Amino acid sequence: MSEHVREQLHERVTAHAGERVTGIAHVREPDALRAPSFVADAWRIARKDLVIEFRTRSGLLASAVFSVLAVVMFHFTWDPTAIPAVDLAPGVLWVIFTFAGLLGLNRSFGLELADRAYDALLASPVSRESIFAGKMLANLAFVTVVQALVLPAVVLFFNLDVGAAWLPIVGVVLLAAIGLSAVGTLFAAIAANTRLAELLLPMMTLPFFIPLVLPAAQLTSLFMNGRPLADGMGWLKVLVAFDLVFVPACVLAFPFTIEE
Amino acid sequence: MTSVSSTASAPLKAPLAAASPKGFDWFLAVAVVACIAASVRAMFYTPADAMLGEAQKIFYIHVPAAIVGLYLACSLLAICSLVYLWIRDERLDRLAESSAEVGLVFMGMVLITGPIWARTSWGTWWQWEARITSTLFLWLLVLGYLVLRNAVESTEQRARLSAVMGSLAALLVPFIHLTVLLFRGMHPPPVVLTPNNPQKNLPPEMRLTFLFATLAFLLLFFALLRMRYRWAAMRDARAALEHG
Repeated sequence: MSEHVREQLHERVTAHAGERVTGIAHVREPDALRAPSFVADAWRIARKDLVIEFRTRSGLLASAVFSVLAVVMFHFTWDPTAIPAVDLAPGVLWVIFTFAGLLGLNRSFGLELADRAYDALLASPVSRESIFAGKMLANLAFVTVVQALVLPAVVLFFNLDVGAAWLPIVGVVLLAAIGLSAVGTLFAAIAANTRLAELLLPMMTLPFFIPLVLPAAQLTSLFMNGRPLADGMGWLKVLVAFDLVFVPACVLAFPFTIEE
Repeated sequence: MTSVSSTASAPLKAPLAAASPKGFDWFLAVAVVACIAASVRAMFYTPADAMLGEAQKIFYIHVPAAIVGLYLACSLLAICSLVYLWIRDERLDRLAESSAEVGLVFMGMVLITGPIWARTSWGTWWQWEARITSTLFLWLLVLGYLVLRNAVESTEQRARLSAVMGSLAALLVPFIHLTVLLFRGMHPPPVVLTPNNPQKNLPPEMRLTFLFATLAFLLLFFALLRMRYRWAAMRDARAALEHG
């Protein structure tokens, strides 16, 4: 039995040992969507994924190495006399975020397919929505950690003077990370059902990332140049609206990706 | 896939035969003739634009293709996907698939004719203008949708997964357009020549040619859609014979 399946079974046993002592085969409750259990279930699934990631560190390592390599490669294609670092860096940053995020998203459901762990997850008394929320939370944490590595790396290698712009940039990064992980998790679930899986994910998700990456890169550039937020209010609105529309839409759409 | 003919007996072939159309496709023939007639009219019997010259005539292909490919096909794809998730009728799935594929061809026409015209009028092949950029992103999105369809084996699963993507794409399109508009707002393009909205001050001959061309393209779209839909129905009937 793989570590993953063991972890999942353990979660299932510990999760429900306290709640029910009847020993009757568990039927999915009608109140599975009730807020407390929804959040608790989502948290359990997210924790499971993060524990696996923390123990293996394979996804994070791959993303981190990719990110640093990409920063270095971008640096060598760049003519500092022609383009100022502050103009190039936001684009570099967001290209790397996007692709490093995709590397992690691929694993999200690929992990579940091994040993048919996904079936166990679906058979467990957890609502579809909380499975999605859990997966999305884990991916959000993953993407955030990757971004926490890439951002200083870009600042360091491009000799940027960020100064007081740190905080707003981190805010933009988090806003984009929410939308990215929502859409990414949904398409990872779709891609896991297909023959092409890893190849298909970028083709499906990248068009969806346009309204995230474009505003985020624009806002980053704005802050790095020391301009006020008022100049980029339109971009911020698009970013926030994307999160507000696509997080609920992906939660609603996720159950359709599962065979009944 | 294996051949049906070697193993399937005669009665099993019946549903396949029912799904396959017979005879000459008159609808397609009429549509093709209409398209040729519209082109001939546009080329030889419509005056050239005083400012844009002969290059303006690409307008009679470009704009009808955009109306059909962008508005009609994409709306059809989005609506069929959304309704499929609701009532799960496989005919809706086939319609979504057909309109995506035929729409991709028309959008491709828009993307090819656009730069040809832009080269003569704007001086550059490609301009990151809002409409062009949106069209390109939409084209890539529909392409991704079709690749997804090809990557799923089971008919039911393919319909379900692609309907999810089609429905989300319907939500995405306003965002793409908004983003692209904002982007242009920040970087005004160096417009060599501002083409004023041609429909507003189109002379009657040009307007008639334009309407004729649009009608011809609509006919062509529905003829191709019908053909593609029938093909999808045959493929699904064959898959049902082989697997169930």
